[in-house]
Amino acid sequence: MLLECLNYLQSNGADIAVRVLEHMKISLTALLAAVLIGVAGGYAASVSNKGEKWIMNLFQVLRVIPSLAILVLLIPVMGVGMKPAVTALAILAIPPVLTNTCVGFLEVPPFMLESAKGIGMKEWELLVHVRFPLALPMILTGIRSALVEVIASATLAAKIGAGGLGEIIFTGLGLNRTDLLLIGGFLVGVLSLAGVGIFSMICRILMPYKYRRRL
Amino acid sequence: MIDFLLSHPEKIITPLLEHVSLTAVTLVISVLMASVLTILGTAVPVLGKILTAVFSVVYSIPSLALFALLIPITGLGRTSAVIVLCAYNQYLLLGNFLTGLTEVDPGVREAAKGIGMTVMQELFVVQVPLAKKALFAGIRLAVVSTIGIGTIAAAINAGGLGTLLFDGLRTMNMAKILWGSLLSAVLAVSVNSLLKWAEKGVFR
Amino acid sequence: MIAVKYEQVSKQFHKNVKPSVDGVSAQIGEGEFVTILGSSGCGKTTLLKMTNRLLDPSEGRIILFGEDISTVDPVTVRRRMGYVIQQIGLLPHMTVEENITVMPKLMKQDIVQVRMRARELLSMTELDPDTYAGRYPSELSGGQQQRVGLARALMPDPKILLLDEPFGAVDAITRINLQNELLRIHRETQKTFLLVTHDINEAMKLGQRVMIMNEGKLLQFDTPRNIIRHPADPFVEALMRSASEQHSFWKEVLDD
Repeated sequence: MLLECLNYLQSNGADIAVRVLEHMKISLTALLAAVLIGVAGGYAASVSNKGEKWIMNLFQVLRVIPSLAILVLLIPVMGVGMKPAVTALAILAIPPVLTNTCVGFLEVPPFMLESAKGIGMKEWELLVHVRFPLALPMILTGIRSALVEVIASATLAAKIGAGGLGEIIFTGLGLNRTDLLLIGGFLVGVLSLAGVGIFSMICRILMPYKYRRRL
Repeated sequence: MIDFLLSHPEKIITPLLEHVSLTAVTLVISVLMASVLTILGTAVPVLGKILTAVFSVVYSIPSLALFALLIPITGLGRTSAVIVLCAYNQYLLLGNFLTGLTEVDPGVREAAKGIGMTVMQELFVVQVPLAKKALFAGIRLAVVSTIGIGTIAAAINAGGLGTLLFDGLRTMNMAKILWGSLLSAVLAVSVNSLLKWAEKGVFR
Repeated sequence: MIAVKYEQVSKQFHKNVKPSVDGVSAQIGEGEFVTILGSSGCGKTTLLKMTNRLLDPSEGRIILFGEDISTVDPVTVRRRMGYVIQQIGLLPHMTVEENITVMPKLMKQDIVQVRMRARELLSMTELDPDTYAGRYPSELSGGQQQRVGLARALMPDPKILLLDEPFGAVDAITRINLQNELLRIHRETQKTFLLVTHDINEAMKLGQRVMIMNEGKLLQFDTPRNIIRHPADPFVEALMRSASEQHSFWKEVLDD
């Protein structure tokens, strides 16, 4: 089996590389869109008195719907290919970012705001130096969830013609070829772990203070 | 769309029932497994941390990939599906169980230790009853997740609503596509709402 | 010069509820250390928060160094004062130095000067700059964090410092040390200090004059000595008696 896998890798190396890049491209595009919309939306929800409740409810419901269903439901609307895939992935990724951002902003301790206001910060300065940094850990948790969701769904997106590593797995299922299944599964696994790992490193860089303890 | 239901009801009902049974079986095994692991993880905290980390890694790997990797070992069909779904559920259940149990009011926990309870006694007499709501929430999340990933399991011949989706995609049959996706969405949302309502009602 | 003048200041949060602060009038001289004493809900914190315009009075005026603060933009008022609260409120994602210098940097002051002054202030609050400047608040004890809070409050070289139960969250031993530090800093800087507390010993020890409040009203404002000798009100009298009972116990034991 191992031999068959290596053979496949050798003869189809270029094709595989293309798939990896496709997968990354779809994932990152959707994630970026989701982060921009999710953070902005989450902040807006946190400051709006009436909006917060129904927005949070809406997006929590959205999180419950199976990702495959959303991917497929978009076909009658947008057809198949990259565009509907990226759109579906973005729709799947926005809820965790948005709900976490909203909660993050709402959970900023009032005494922090009081202390900063008391030493003379203006509203805008409060947002940049107090609200946002204190909400950041929650926001990043949301983005991490979104990242996992996106990479997973990008694998499925192969079924709606978007390419990516899912193609290899689906082909393997269709042709009953174990070597393709193993290679596809392995590569997707590595890609997701690498993605999460890199994200953890980014978190460490952005929030060094979270990793220092009392001496 | 309605014609499809009327002419071939079994084509919709069968996948639905398969999906429900797959979810149920998976949940029972998952909760049993998670309970055992939680007890172990509470008795040996280091083990708890290791298990949480392991399942966290497993969870970040897409289900289709895990299915693909498992097929050479356990073949196509339900068995592989249940194994993968259980593994995913451990991340949700174990994580929520351990967090819910450790977040019980530290004052009460300390009082329990102070009057001489062992770790296991504290777990069953103090922590579990007080963490009921959090534990149930964890189970709810696992149910919803199982329903969702269960749709993908159709790709490896495990049955379920995903069959409608994949068949529909292959033949571009709009009715199948719509039934498959809408039914799975409705199933997930309604079960989630039902369990949430139960959560609020039973555990205040 | 008169640092703070309260003219019939009242604050009522809701129409049908008793006012939290009821007709308080008082004058605090420049360089004085005044403590405001009372139990929870007596209005002392509300009065303090009106002094830096975190709240605005429903009635009356507050005059700060000759200026009616209701005519000045709140942010400007606050930037001229020091403000220290019980929960300290250091920003967790900034180092000690960044926390102290956050406001001067936002006001675009000269970085080199600002940094130097921050180091001076750290030394003044007994924290070695080389050791502590680069640390994060999570790495410091409660007492150390509050010293940083003090240094931050002193950054704008304010003429007046407002402190709201600053030592409430630290242990008794640290509290005594910090109280003595505060007295020393007051001596050295000659600034006006206004400190709110519910601890009668703290109020009497630190305050050159003490404002005693209950249910929103100012009951007595005088030196500790005069309050003890001549309580103006049954409530004040009961308060002094409760404190003296404690002290006579200590005196008895120590004299044995």
